[in-house]
Amino acid sequence: MEKQPMIEMRGVTKRFGKVVANENVDLSVYPGEILSVLGENGSGKTTLMNMLSGIYFPDEGRIFINGKEVVIRSPKDAFVLGIGMIHQHFKLVDVLTAAENIILGLPGALTLDMKKVTADILALTKRYGFDIDLNRKIYEMSVSQKQTVEIVKMLYRGANILILDEPTAVLTPQETDKLFSVLRNMRDSGKSILIITHKLHEVLSLSDRVSVLRKGKYIGTVQTAEATEMSLTEMMVGKKVTLDIERPEPIGSEVRMEVKGVSCVNREGREVLHQVSFTAKSGEILGIAGIAGSGQKQLLEAIAGLQPVTAGSIIYFDEQNQQRELTKCSTAEIRMMGVRLSFVPEDRLGMGLVGAMGSTGNMMLRTYRSGSSVFTDRKTPRSMAEKIIKELEVVTPSVEAPVGRMSGGNVQKVLVGREIASSPRVLMVAYPVRGLDINSSYTIYHLLNEQKKSGASVLCVGEDLDVLLALCDRILVLSAGCVTGIVDGRTATKEEVGLLMTQGDRAHAKEETK
Amino acid sequence: MSATTVKEPWVHVVKRDRMTVGKSALIHLAGVVLALIICALVIFMLTGLNPIDVYAGIWDGALGTSRRTWVTLRDSAILLCIGFAITPAFRMRFWNIGAEGQVLVGAMATAAVMIYGANWPSWALYTLMPIAGVLAGALWGLIPAVFKAKWNTNETLFTLMLNYVAMQAVTYAIIFWENPKGSNSVGLINMQSEAGWLPSIADNKYLLTIFVVLVIMVLLYGYMKYTKQGYEISVVGESENTARYAGINVKRVIIRTMALSGALAGVAGFLLVSGAGHTISTSVADGRGFTAIVVAWLGKLNPFAMLVVAFFLVFMQRGSIQIASQFGLNDSASEILTGIILFCVLGCEFFINYRLEFRHEEEAVKA
Repeated sequence: MEKQPMIEMRGVTKRFGKVVANENVDLSVYPGEILSVLGENGSGKTTLMNMLSGIYFPDEGRIFINGKEVVIRSPKDAFVLGIGMIHQHFKLVDVLTAAENIILGLPGALTLDMKKVTADILALTKRYGFDIDLNRKIYEMSVSQKQTVEIVKMLYRGANILILDEPTAVLTPQETDKLFSVLRNMRDSGKSILIITHKLHEVLSLSDRVSVLRKGKYIGTVQTAEATEMSLTEMMVGKKVTLDIERPEPIGSEVRMEVKGVSCVNREGREVLHQVSFTAKSGEILGIAGIAGSGQKQLLEAIAGLQPVTAGSIIYFDEQNQQRELTKCSTAEIRMMGVRLSFVPEDRLGMGLVGAMGSTGNMMLRTYRSGSSVFTDRKTPRSMAEKIIKELEVVTPSVEAPVGRMSGGNVQKVLVGREIASSPRVLMVAYPVRGLDINSSYTIYHLLNEQKKSGASVLCVGEDLDVLLALCDRILVLSAGCVTGIVDGRTATKEEVGLLMTQGDRAHAKEETK
Repeated sequence: MSATTVKEPWVHVVKRDRMTVGKSALIHLAGVVLALIICALVIFMLTGLNPIDVYAGIWDGALGTSRRTWVTLRDSAILLCIGFAITPAFRMRFWNIGAEGQVLVGAMATAAVMIYGANWPSWALYTLMPIAGVLAGALWGLIPAVFKAKWNTNETLFTLMLNYVAMQAVTYAIIFWENPKGSNSVGLINMQSEAGWLPSIADNKYLLTIFVVLVIMVLLYGYMKYTKQGYEISVVGESENTARYAGINVKRVIIRTMALSGALAGVAGFLLVSGAGHTISTSVADGRGFTAIVVAWLGKLNPFAMLVVAFFLVFMQRGSIQIASQFGLNDSASEILTGIILFCVLGCEFFINYRLEFRHEEEAVKA
């Protein structure tokens, strides 16, 4: 007899206005199985999972749990049915301990026996091999530890079906391995695990079966053992794509920018960059790797004049090879000096662009000051916007349509397009392909290579080590605000970079004992 | 599986596509009609009066005679002016709820010039009055802005509290200016000479005020839409981070914009004293600083929509005075009606953005 699926979704459809997020999707997960839900960004993976966890309600279709039809109207309903979802953004209370977070909101007696609770949780963590300190407060934890707390929280509440939304996006390769081994333990004890991802090698190494979505439609389910990266990509994108990123040889290689011993503190006075030094050369792409929050953001912002520098200096070499000190300059001053520095920040709509404005209005962020008139010139930015829309194939109803309504890939094209339109000599990009589909990602890689070939010095902060290793000439590794190494992108291995990503604390300690 | 165990919710809310202008206008119209019907029921059930008579009374009170019409128009203009005053601040997401105080100090400064300059040549008087009003309003707007820019204080609380400071300042000034002595009120300033009273145009003493506000409307629209400063305000309002990224001096924009906001409120204060009341008291602004927030929000900071809202609010307010005397209803009656109408009109927004999906009965039967 065939096994009964733990979850079965039949013909599920969800629309948001004109947008069809999921159309007639079928999906089933068996007990003791890891199912990957694979699809590009915007293909409806998260929407589909949100319907299982009670955040959205499907417009059409039926959901069965253990063969019984159910209606999931709220996250509470989902809990009762044993469905637990771990979102990309953790839902934990920072000032409480791990154990307190785990039991938060659970019904129980009037008095709380924390000892018994802790013992119960410990038994659970031992069974699956979690590494967790239950008495630690959330704000003292790393991202991967917080994720562990979320997972344990779901298990403690009796979840049999665990949904993880892009769980590895914030982890180092080593942490990812640890997570995967825990997930395998959970599978072996009969739980069902759904994991949303767009990273193919993770799908292949972890899951038993893969269900693929494309543009909201269900494409099919395959056994992982029978799938390859190529076959999955084809299902995801709908056509054959080459997965190789080109890497032209660097040209010129003059020093374009020199960063010497730069330190920064954040608002709370904690040091977030510690004596960072490197040189950026023309005609090369310098990758910057590190766990999220290792100081990448502050480094780029310090160079762009957005983050005060407490020590060190940033020197830019201009067209005549003259040294120009940027250390204490504000963004406006850097522009005024004629330094051709472009910056594509991580937070595209919160920093790089104004979501409510159209493409023209967003071009004006760079150009509105030009001219002595009190009135803005809208003509030049308008034609610039039209040019970018045409050349980069941005999909938008008009140049005045708010960029916030565009898809992630198009938003990024507008932003990158604007930043390279001023033919920068130094181009800084942070997570340039985050949230982009495969085709848009390759457009962006291509644009970065174009800039490199035209002699710009490109600084690229990335999270996917495979991509950084394929794209960059050199890779600088940041860990806890320190540079733990600069490796050659052509020869370095992922393990090597992964190790450097966690050595910052040790580097700090060494410094202090000196 | 029987239909009873599958408890699909009876109704759920679904986001809609963007609606055409015509369709959304139709929904708004339906909202107004619905509001009038509900109001009629409320009037009839609470008072037993014929609702049509009451509606006629409101119309009569607001637009019944030429004088009433002009007063309604002038009051709408002044309310609109205060609405315009808070528009740049709100566009910047600076929650200036201190327009009341800014109007008051503007009015007070205008009154001071009127009182002390009663015998000045009229060109000096008429130049100095608006300048004093504008400067006082701007100063009152600057104080919270500077604190916000320098120390990131909460502007909502700060501007609100400054309203009371302004009120006390006016109370204090009245002690010096009271006329006749001991009346604890200022009375009509320059009653005989009418010095500093806004002149009539074409024999109409309301026209100049309306004209000034319309000019402000055009200028403000141009400022917000076509100037570099207006662009900076929009960027700062949408995202301070983006503004910093673009090299905009956020502090300077906050200070400059609040000075403008206060200055426009000062103009309203000037118009209230010189053009309308010719006196000064703590109730000279009469809550308009707060009503203006309603005007700005309901009009979505669009000057033309704000014009409609300001007119409607003043229309209802003037009508209420009439039905109060005609039917012996108190002022609250008209406020109830205004509330019902606003509720229905605002409720339209929900139906413009969402639609309701009811459980499919036939499917339930099948199951």
